[in-house]
Amino acid sequence: MATLTAPDRESFKLSMLLYDTRYRSMTIQVIAMIGFVSIVFWLISNTITNLNNLGKPVEFGFLFEPSSYDINQRLVEYNSRDSHLRASFVGVLNTLVVAFLGCITATIIGVFVGIARLSKNWFVSRIMTVYVEAFRNVPVLLWIVLAMAILIEGLPAPKAFRGENATASLNLFDSVALTNRGVYVPEPLFSNGIGDVALFGQSSLRFSVSLDLILIIAVLIASFYVSALIKKRANRIQDATGDRPTTWYLRLGVTVLPIAIVLWMLGFHLGYPELKGFNFKGGTHLRNSLIALWLALSLYTAAFIAEIVRGGILAISRGQTEAAASLGLRPNRIMNLVILPQALRVIIPPLISNYLNLTKNSSLAIAVGYMDVTGTLGGITLNQTGRELECILLLMLVYLTISLSISAVMNWYNNSVKLVER
Amino acid sequence: MSNQAFVRREIIEEQTPPLTAFGLVGWLRENLFSNWFNAILTFISLYFIWYVLSGVVPWIFLSVWNAGSLSECREIASATWGGTHGHACWAVINDRWIQLLFGFYPSHLYWRPILAFVLLLISLAPILFTGAPKKIFYLTAVYPFVLPWLMWGGSVWASVSALLGFVVGYAIIRYTSEILGQLAAVILSIIGAVVWWLYIGPLLLSQGLGAILPLALEPVISRYFGGFMLAILIGVVAIGCSLPIGIVLALGRQSDLLILKTISVWFIEFIRGVPLITLLFVASTLLNIFMPPGTNFDIILRVMIMVTLFASAYMAEVIRGGLAALPRGQFEGADSLGLNYWQAQRLIIMPQALKISIPGIVSTFIGVFKDTTLVSIIGLMDPLGLSQGIRANAEWNGIYWELFAFIAFLFFIVCFSMSRYSMYLERKLQTDHR
Repeated sequence: MATLTAPDRESFKLSMLLYDTRYRSMTIQVIAMIGFVSIVFWLISNTITNLNNLGKPVEFGFLFEPSSYDINQRLVEYNSRDSHLRASFVGVLNTLVVAFLGCITATIIGVFVGIARLSKNWFVSRIMTVYVEAFRNVPVLLWIVLAMAILIEGLPAPKAFRGENATASLNLFDSVALTNRGVYVPEPLFSNGIGDVALFGQSSLRFSVSLDLILIIAVLIASFYVSALIKKRANRIQDATGDRPTTWYLRLGVTVLPIAIVLWMLGFHLGYPELKGFNFKGGTHLRNSLIALWLALSLYTAAFIAEIVRGGILAISRGQTEAAASLGLRPNRIMNLVILPQALRVIIPPLISNYLNLTKNSSLAIAVGYMDVTGTLGGITLNQTGRELECILLLMLVYLTISLSISAVMNWYNNSVKLVER
Repeated sequence: MSNQAFVRREIIEEQTPPLTAFGLVGWLRENLFSNWFNAILTFISLYFIWYVLSGVVPWIFLSVWNAGSLSECREIASATWGGTHGHACWAVINDRWIQLLFGFYPSHLYWRPILAFVLLLISLAPILFTGAPKKIFYLTAVYPFVLPWLMWGGSVWASVSALLGFVVGYAIIRYTSEILGQLAAVILSIIGAVVWWLYIGPLLLSQGLGAILPLALEPVISRYFGGFMLAILIGVVAIGCSLPIGIVLALGRQSDLLILKTISVWFIEFIRGVPLITLLFVASTLLNIFMPPGTNFDIILRVMIMVTLFASAYMAEVIRGGLAALPRGQFEGADSLGLNYWQAQRLIIMPQALKISIPGIVSTFIGVFKDTTLVSIIGLMDPLGLSQGIRANAEWNGIYWELFAFIAFLFFIVCFSMSRYSMYLERKLQTDHR
C-alpha cells in the first residue's frame, strides 16, 4: 500500500520572492506599486516646485472672478460681467448642444447611407461607398475648417439681400436666410405663453426653462404613451382573435390633436428673420461656427455609423431572413421582427461609442471659434487667467464626466440585451 | 397498359440563356433596372453623378496653374473662359506645395527628410511584406535611432548612445537570466540601460568620441518643422510606439495582478475619456510644469509623447478585444505545455490575438494619423496650420477649395492605402476554411 507523505514544508526563503510563482506575483506588484507611486510623487513634487517658483499655487478662486469676454452663441443668458464659472457652464451647454444635434443628424444620415450602401442598385451603392471612404479617410478637423470656409466665403453677405435687385434671396418660402454671418431660421414664438421658470437662483448654474416647452413635451409624451396603449390593445386582440383592429386613425388622432390644441392655445407662431439695417433681425441666429461644426461632425461621424449599420445588417445571416420568409412573414415584418432586433444588438454598442467620439471631436470647435467648453474654459479663461493646471484639470473632468455617463448607458444597454447563455 | 408513353430519344441542343439574362443587358437588368423603384434610383444617381462631375471635372482640369496671386488667377480665368466661377486656381499649390510638404525646413536640407522617408519605406518592407529580404530587419532595428538624427541633426553620438543603451539592456538579460532568473535579469537590465543612458553613454560617446570624431549634421530646430513632414513624423512615432505600449497595457488590463490591472484600467479609461485636444493642451502648457524645474524640452517631442499615450490607450482596448476573443483553451493549452507567461504570450496568445485585432489596429493607426492635424490648434505648422497661414496671406486671401482639396487628397492617399493594406493582410492571414 502506497503511503502518501505530505511534501516537506519548505521554510520560506528570501529567494522565493523571485523564483517561486506563488510569491513572485506579489513581488512584481510591489515593485510596480513602488515605481508608480514614486513616479507620481516625482511629478507632483515637480509641479508644486514649479508652480511655487511661478508664484501661482493651485487654487480655484479665479472661477468666481468676472470673465470679461463675450460668448455670442449661447443657450442661457450671459454677459461679460458674469464669472468664469458661468462662462464654463455656457460652454458645457454649447458642447452638449452641438453633440446632441450632431448625434441626431449623424444617425439619420448614417443609417440612410448604411442601408443605401447595401442597395442592389450598383450606382447607389458605389456613390455611398465613395462618400464613406472620402469622409473616413480625411481628418475631421479639415472638414470642420473647410465647412467654415465655405460658409464664410461662399455664402452672400446680408447686404446682398437688400434692395430692388438683390443678388440673394431667402430660402424655403422666404423663411431661412443663409448669410456669411450665420444662418437665420424662424423661431417659435408663443403669443399667450405661460412664461419661464428660473432655476438655481443667482448661482453660476442658473438657467430658465420655458414652461411652454415643458408643456409641449409633456403633452407629446402623454400622447405617445396613449398611442402605445392603443397598439398594445390591438396586439392583444390580434393574439386572442387573429384579427387586427384598424387603429391608425385613432393613433394619428391621439398623437396630433392634443399637440395641435395646445399649440393653438399657446398662440404658437413663427418669428421670421427680416433684414433690418446691416443685418437680419428676428428668427434664431445660428452662427456659422455652430453650423460648420455641426455639419462637419455629422457628415464625418455618419460615415462611420454607415459602416456600423452595414456591418450590423450583414452580420445577420441570410438564413434568418429566409427562415422568416418561410414562416410566411411579409418583408417589412421580417425587418421589424427578425432582422432589426438582432442587428441592433450588434449595431448599438459601436454606435454609442461613435456618439462618444463625436462628443469628444466637438472639442475641435476651438478651430472655428465656436464657444464650447474647450473654447471658454480651455481657451479664453485659460489665456486670461494663466491658470493652465486648474483649467485643463476642470476641462478633463467635464469631458470625463460626459464620457463616463455615456459609457454607463452603454454598459446598461449591453447588459440588458445580452444573450442569456447557458 | 399504356404504351403511349413517349420518351424522347435525342437530347435537346443546349440553348443560350435569354438575351436579357447575361452579358451587359443581363447585368443592367439585374443591377440597375430590376424593378421600377430601382430604375428611378438609377436615373437619380446618374443625374447626381453627372451634376457632380460636370462641376468638378472642369474645375479640376480647366484651371490656372501659373499665377502669383488669387486675383491674377481670376484675371487669367476670366480672360480664358470668360468667368472665374468653376475654375480651380492650382497656382496656389504650384506656389506653395514645397511649403505644404516640408514647412519651413531649410531648403538645402530637404534631402534629410526625403532620405528619412525612403529609409522608412525600406525598413517597413520586411514588416509589411513577407517576400522582402530578411536582412533589412537590421535597418528596421536601427531606424528609430537614425530618424531623429536625420530630422533634427546634431551629433550622431547621441543616437548611437541611445541605441547602445538598448544593446546593454539586452546583453544583461541575455547573459544573466540563466544565473539570476528572468525577473531579476529584467530588473537588472532596466537599471543597466538607465545607468548607461544617464551616465556612461553621454560621458563615453557624446563627450569622449564626439570630441575626437565629431560626426554631426547641421541642427534644425523644431520651429522649422511643418507640413506633411511633421504629420508623418508625429504619426510614425505615435504609431510605432503605441503598439508595444498598447500591448503591455492590454496585458496589464487582462492580468490577475490587481495593482497592475488597476493602474492599466485607470490609465486607459482616463485617456479614452478625454479628447486629444486637452492632451495637446497638456503638452503645450503643462508638460514642462511636470518636469524638474529648468527643463524645457522640445514642443514636438512633447506632442509626440501625448499623442503616443493617447494612441496606446486606444490600441490597448483594441488588443484587449483580440485577447478576449481567443478561446480559453488557447491559454490553458499554453499553460499545459509548460510555457511560462512570456513564452505563452509570444508564441501562442499574441500571434492569434494580434491577427484578430488587425482591422482595429489599422483603424487606430488611421485615426492617429488623421489626428495629427490637431497639432495645428496648439500652433504647430502642420498642413492645416500652414493653410491658415497661406489663406491669411495677401496674395492668396480668399482661397480655400484648392488648398483643402490638396491636403485632403494627400491624407486620403495615406489613410486609404493603410485600410486597403489591412484588408490584404486579413485575407493573407486567414487560416480558417471558407
